[in-house]
Amino acid sequence: MKERRHPINEVKLVLPSHSANESFARSAAAVFLTQINPTVTELSDIKCAVSEAVTNCIVHGYTDTIGLIYINMRLYENREFRIEIKDKGIGIPDVTEAMQPLFTTDKENERSGMGFTIMENFMDTLKVTSVKGSGTRVIMTKKLAPLPRVIK
Amino acid sequence: MHTQTSALTLHQREDGLICVISGDIDHHSARTVRTQIDEALLSRRPARLILDLSQVSFMDSSGLGLILGRFNKAAEIGTEFLLLNPNAAVTRILDIAGIGRLIKIERKKYHERTQTSDQ
Repeated sequence: MKERRHPINEVKLVLPSHSANESFARSAAAVFLTQINPTVTELSDIKCAVSEAVTNCIVHGYTDTIGLIYINMRLYENREFRIEIKDKGIGIPDVTEAMQPLFTTDKENERSGMGFTIMENFMDTLKVTSVKGSGTRVIMTKKLAPLPRVIK
Repeated sequence: MHTQTSALTLHQREDGLICVISGDIDHHSARTVRTQIDEALLSRRPARLILDLSQVSFMDSSGLGLILGRFNKAAEIGTEFLLLNPNAAVTRILDIAGIGRLIKIERKKYHERTQTSDQ
């Protein structure tokens, strides 16, 4: 059986799927990360990945409706960040197909189809599970580089 | 909700129309910027459309959609399209999508690109 690791800090957020909350969600992740002093690049990578996942909930999960987005952020020992972003929207019929670069179901609104590719590139791990009609869950992790040792 | 996290400034120069985008480009903000650029592009029909990205503080894949959409619109009316001065974070996203193979990206020094006459 898989042992459950205990996070050193954990925050849960629930937000309605207004597009204005895209910037709120990525800023919240950035603020949560300040406690472990990330590099500028780590911070911008994580903000971008979070923005992609939250935008997916808004654009695809809850296309013509406003629903709730559930975010769970955790920090583990060894500077490991984990974020789960979940919606209870329409779900993805074929996750493998949806994760292909340039795949999009929304050409009209100029979606580039690069969201999952960016999440994959900017995070260490990406796991997407979806059930048609009941929602999509994205779990991403990234281990931040060790802090430079201070020379006394 | 109508909060806006990005802004657009237009500069008409002899060699083309410069669109300076500042702030965050995400799905929320891209819609307004897209409409404003398209209006200027179709009414002015410049020889070149230059998207100045130097003031962009954040961009996700919605920015890629915005860039590719404007590239296509410009091509339709025979306008040359190029990107100017993306920062390091924006460049990483452009690289993942291979934008540089399709669209010219110019990197110029600050004083060169600020010599514009505002309209």
